[in-house]
Amino acid sequence: MRLYDALLRLYPASFRAEYGEEMRRLFARRRRDAQGAGAVAALWLGTAFDVAASALRTHLDILRQDLRFAARALSRAPGFALTAILVAAVGIGAATASYSVLDHVLVRPLPFPGADRLVDLWENDTEHGYGRTELSPANYRDWKSAARSFDGMAAYTIRSSNLAGEGTPERLEGAAATPELFGVLRVRAALGRVLTADDGRPGAEKTVLISDALWRRRFGSDPDVLGRKLLLDDAPHVVVGVMPPDFRFPGRDADVWTPLAFGASDYEDREDCYLKCVARLKPGVSVEKVRTEMRLVAAQLERAYPKENRRIGATVLRLRDEIAPESRWLLMALFGAAVGVLLIGCTNLASLLLARAIGRRRELAVRTAMGAGRERLVRQLLTESLVIAACAGAVGVLLAAAAGPLVARLVPNALPIAENPPLDLRMLAIAAVLTAATGIGFGVVPARRACREAAGANLHEDSRTGSGRATERLRAALVVAEVTASIVLLVSSGLLLRALWKLQGTDPGFRSEGVLALRTVLPMPRYEKTEERQKFYDRVLTQARGLPGVTHAAYISFLPMVARGMIQSVFLEGHTDGRDDGLASLRFVTPDYFAAMGIPVKAGRDVAPSDTAASPFVAVVSESFVKRYWPGQGALGRRFRFGQADRTVVGVVGDVRVRGLEGDSEPQVYVPSRQVPDGNYIGYVPRDLVIRSAVPAATLLPELRQIVAQADPLLPVSDVRPLSDLVASDTAPRRIQARALAAFAAVALGLAALGIHGLLSFTVSQRSREIGVRMALGATPRDILEMVLGRSAVLAGAGALLGGVLALGAAFAMRALLAGVSPADTATFGAAIGLAAAMTAAGSALPALRAVRVDPVTAIRTD
Amino acid sequence: MQDGDVSGGTALPLPPATFHILMSLAEEDRHGYAILQDVARRTRGAVKLGPGTLYRSIQRMLEQGLVEETRERPAPEDDDERRRYYRITPRGTAVARAEARRLASLVELARSSGLVPRKA
Repeated sequence: MRLYDALLRLYPASFRAEYGEEMRRLFARRRRDAQGAGAVAALWLGTAFDVAASALRTHLDILRQDLRFAARALSRAPGFALTAILVAAVGIGAATASYSVLDHVLVRPLPFPGADRLVDLWENDTEHGYGRTELSPANYRDWKSAARSFDGMAAYTIRSSNLAGEGTPERLEGAAATPELFGVLRVRAALGRVLTADDGRPGAEKTVLISDALWRRRFGSDPDVLGRKLLLDDAPHVVVGVMPPDFRFPGRDADVWTPLAFGASDYEDREDCYLKCVARLKPGVSVEKVRTEMRLVAAQLERAYPKENRRIGATVLRLRDEIAPESRWLLMALFGAAVGVLLIGCTNLASLLLARAIGRRRELAVRTAMGAGRERLVRQLLTESLVIAACAGAVGVLLAAAAGPLVARLVPNALPIAENPPLDLRMLAIAAVLTAATGIGFGVVPARRACREAAGANLHEDSRTGSGRATERLRAALVVAEVTASIVLLVSSGLLLRALWKLQGTDPGFRSEGVLALRTVLPMPRYEKTEERQKFYDRVLTQARGLPGVTHAAYISFLPMVARGMIQSVFLEGHTDGRDDGLASLRFVTPDYFAAMGIPVKAGRDVAPSDTAASPFVAVVSESFVKRYWPGQGALGRRFRFGQADRTVVGVVGDVRVRGLEGDSEPQVYVPSRQVPDGNYIGYVPRDLVIRSAVPAATLLPELRQIVAQADPLLPVSDVRPLSDLVASDTAPRRIQARALAAFAAVALGLAALGIHGLLSFTVSQRSREIGVRMALGATPRDILEMVLGRSAVLAGAGALLGGVLALGAAFAMRALLAGVSPADTATFGAAIGLAAAMTAAGSALPALRAVRVDPVTAIRTD
Repeated sequence: MQDGDVSGGTALPLPPATFHILMSLAEEDRHGYAILQDVARRTRGAVKLGPGTLYRSIQRMLEQGLVEETRERPAPEDDDERRRYYRITPRGTAVARAEARRLASLVELARSSGLVPRKA
């Protein structure tokens, strides 16, 4: 019988109370009638089925009833329903959107089989303070043969190329990779094959592997693309395969992969470092173990080549961790803020539900008195809370999806993942469960208590006493929590905004207004000779300067903030021990570059057309270069060895933030483009064209394209943008994040105002009789106002104090993001507290007005 | 969700258990166990309602007004004080009739299709 009792527990309690006893008796009789083991077994089987089926149906009946009831109850209180759903939806949406991007960028395995065993290998140069630098082919070869911990190792280098032929020439991003790359990543071609060792052999036909995107764009998804030829950098390349759409290596804009192979001459210069290296760990080998091994390998090489490999170590990083710390911080801060919004939303929901539960005490008491079981009432309220949570979840998904394009811009370009993170349903579920738990905790528990009290109590009982007061205290605590959280969010977003403004106010060293930039990359070997290139530059620049409104035009190898590296050793005159004196960034320029960029010439002169290979080699250096190497002395006429030649300083110019507005940049050295020896530095030759004009840059573009096409019809024009965009994109992730945080803070502020408004309205209506009595006894409206506002001021004050302390902690935690703004920035804290005060005033206004308008006579007569 | 005819708010066809219970109560007021026994006897053991199905059906039938609990009890010697007796309501009778008519016309259709042998 005990088993049967246990089965009966499957029914709702109300059903059990009504019919349980009779069902037990019925079952007992059947059990007595059943003779023999077979009959007994059949009885149990039938009974279990009977109970399970009918219990399920009973529950479904009740659910249907409760859903109808909840829909009716919520539609009778649309204000409550809408507010509750929106409040929770905003939290759910924010948390889901920000976690989706966090998971996509930081957590989810990269889209390669066994991605957790993939690592990047870098050299590190402790002497000059660089943690990750590229490898030379010789060091790559030696690392590869010495290391034992890897299943495979591959090298690649970013190589973009000009695609000519049918249609407009196009600039394609991509990589040249050793054939091991595809085995290390464990990827196959979707069509055709990947690159093999045969592809790179000397004398072999040039081959190329193309991306799915390029295949669709350029070949209209033609399945017969294999074997067709692409004209890349003037050379025909046979298409051997098409990669699957989710293959985005090394970054998501890669379109072509060509073979990379080394000949004997490539191994000669150990300081010619241009290789990136990716490897797959053997199963069971930890990253720590590999780090130890690579340290030993690097030390061995340093002993073998003490000059070239001096203090060169090895850095091993998981491919997954190949993400800038700022990006990581930005995402974490964003997620933290979103969780804050979710918690505030839940707090507000709790407050709303508490108020509703109190407001419903009488209704519940009536229904209890009419015989409704407490269990049934609680279950109905539970359903109501769950309906709110479900609606909020649905609206939250819509909000998260709408926020998708915004957060997608926080996905770093350099990771081999898609740009748009998929919505993370786990986070959605967690957020919805949290909302539902809030609904249950704050909607059902007080209602249950109210029912219990009401069960035997007087229906006329005034709800001001007992649990009413306790609830009010709880709601006051919730308001304090909301103010606290909004202060934390306000301060965080305020500090990030200050940091952003500070960076945006940073002088990049050049004037970007009115400057258009575009790129034309001269293909090699056609332009190997310096003279050939110079003809092109001269022709384009002369014609460009002839366009109406153009004041200056020049070429440079790489614009600042575009390529941040290209760092060379500086050897001052008279040093002979072979060790360098420091590093500087190298750029080749044509005359007029400084004028075009608005970089001030502080002393001496610009590079000139007369600075040719036949004349003495010269250089223009930045002020920081002079400060570092010849402090307090004149620099003009001084000599130093840099970029494979001895050079004389002929000019000094202002500093430029080559590495972006944040962080430090190396001193800069500019070398005339005519003084590049033939076939040297072919990756560094000028390619970025800058035009300063008095007319809108966009109007020049068609003519500029024509000028380039006339100079070389096979040459694509790419990366067209105003220089101001370049500067703006340097702070773009911060802008997005500051905006998102500010939006979160605004939402939090609004929610807190709503919370204060709700609490005070409730208090005022609960205490209207007391207010009436006070007024009858001679209290002035001013006294009443002081009573109501005093209360909100106390709550807001407590929240501000607590929030201030927590915000200070948060600010110190994210100091890395503040770009030098003090974590205890007074202005920010002051503004946050001011906003919180304004919010409190706004939330208190209506209830205070209502309190003042209480009519003593009516109030005292109530009840 | 509702299919078939609607007779005074009760959807036809009736669930089989409901129809069996109505047929049993059409004869006389019965308590739960008596309904089970009666249904088993009428159907010669082909339909055996379980207690769960029985009381869930009764609960719904009470809500729909097809049956009611009765306060009149049979002679004391037949009665167990703790038992509840159920009586068919006029509405219950009407719904049961409607269901019977529905089934009869269905059988008529089957017969005209030659699916049911005519009695000799």
